[in-house]
Amino acid sequence: MTTVMTTKKTSETARRIRRVVLFVVSLLFVAAAWELYKVVGPEAGGKIFGWKLLPRSNNNAMPHVWDMLMRYNRPELRGSDRKIWSVVLAGAWFSFRLALVGFAIGSALGLGLSILMARFKFAERGILPYLVLSQTVPLIALAPLVVSWGGKLSIAGWTWPRWMSAAVLGAFLAFFPVAVGALKGLTSAPSASLELMDSYAASWWQTLRKLRFPAAIPFIVPSLKLAASASVIGVVVAEISTGLKGGIGRLIIEYAREATGDPAKVFTAVFGAAALGLAMSGFVTLADMYMMRNRPKEASA
Amino acid sequence: MSAVEITNISKAFNLGSSNQVDALTDINLSIASGEFVSLIGPSGCGKSTLLRLIANLIEPTSGELVVNGKSAKQARLDQDYGMAFQQSGLFEWRTVEKNIELPLELKGWDKAKRQARATEMLELVKLSDFANHYPWQLSGGMQQRVAIARALAVHPSLLLMDEPFGALDEMTREHMQSELLSICRASGTTVVFVTHSIPEAVYLSNRVVVMSPRPGRVTEIVDVSIEGERNDATRDNSAFFKGITSVREALRGVEMSDHVRGIEDR
Repeated sequence: MTTVMTTKKTSETARRIRRVVLFVVSLLFVAAAWELYKVVGPEAGGKIFGWKLLPRSNNNAMPHVWDMLMRYNRPELRGSDRKIWSVVLAGAWFSFRLALVGFAIGSALGLGLSILMARFKFAERGILPYLVLSQTVPLIALAPLVVSWGGKLSIAGWTWPRWMSAAVLGAFLAFFPVAVGALKGLTSAPSASLELMDSYAASWWQTLRKLRFPAAIPFIVPSLKLAASASVIGVVVAEISTGLKGGIGRLIIEYAREATGDPAKVFTAVFGAAALGLAMSGFVTLADMYMMRNRPKEASA
Repeated sequence: MSAVEITNISKAFNLGSSNQVDALTDINLSIASGEFVSLIGPSGCGKSTLLRLIANLIEPTSGELVVNGKSAKQARLDQDYGMAFQQSGLFEWRTVEKNIELPLELKGWDKAKRQARATEMLELVKLSDFANHYPWQLSGGMQQRVAIARALAVHPSLLLMDEPFGALDEMTREHMQSELLSICRASGTTVVFVTHSIPEAVYLSNRVVVMSPRPGRVTEIVDVSIEGERNDATRDNSAFFKGITSVREALRGVEMSDHVRGIEDR
């Protein structure tokens, strides 16, 4: 048994290494495709069947991969000695913290709602349609509202910090997948197990803690991954639409204005935002590996 | 005192609607303390329903049900019985030991007491070396043994089993039957056992309750009288074969009443 377990462990490590290698290879592949298009694609954009579909391949619209990478090591502004990588990193860190707050609020809210819906059938019927509806409201329309509501809030001397609006908008996107995924998970426990808990005369809360919740984890984890990237999107969009300074979203909008003179610059911030999303997902994946460490492999999602 | 007293119990599903199903009609059965009783019959005869009624997982439509001298509901709330199903129903996120501790946790026992009881149960089902394994690391037979240990963890006076060995291969099955008997002998537990298998019912039971479907009812109760302690040699015993024949005949009567009544009179 022990030997079986060890070989299993090693093959798992090998699989993880392979995944990292594959990721790097796929990045290189994307970079190569980018450069290839720059060689064969039309300089001024092109039409397919009369539709303007092909993007322009000139250096202004699509800078070379190496130009974009080199840009990281040059100053943010002419004459300043702050390298752009440190600015992007600081911005990403700022947004990461906001996204984390949004993710935490959103996940807690989503879990709470899912428990409420799993507990009371009428709550599911009453709440679920509104959850779906909530996600059809454009974030950009919501952002100024949240800022103005938040600005009026003042609870026992505590006033609403400006960054809180961005975190709340992150939470607004994050709670939905968690609520829906967790609801599915909480109702996934097999009826035989529920009957078993019944035979122990277990209360609803005991059944939730000992059975429904652990059984829901394989459903909750993928929804948390969605929530993690959704909270990043929410925060980035909120930064742009509320004009919050200091984050990666703000950098993207600022650098985009300089796209004609310094086309590689905006991409440094865009990659920063992508890395931010990856970091959030990675964070959840680590939590996933911890929670699922003792489960059979088939059950892990 | 009898462990289970069933008086005029009936159970109908979808009562009053056009697709009403009379799962059980007018069941009377008295099970003595320490007795091993099997419920056998074709699918749809309501044997699992009867077990669930005793367990108070469902309520009867009419009739009276007394378990351990109290109402079935009170017996469930007091955890007077343990239960095991065809699927072991172990929680895959808990170790073997923690699975056995589950009913004790729900009763609010402290950790030391729980661990002591789990250790005792693991010895009983001979799985002490597997305390820290997870269910998916065990074979089907071992999982079922854990489920039985879990059912016995609160030291219930009554054990309700719904085809617990139904998913096991024949060899494991016979082995488990012998183990169940020795466990029950040691603890004096009363058992109500639902099965499809005639030899299993006869080998295990003091009495075999033969049931028939549409509507579910008790057609015959076969007494199994095998002298002495039952072990693997019992399976070659003439009394064992006699028991099998009686149950089979009782069951055949069940089928007859459904299809061609009176074929034996010809």
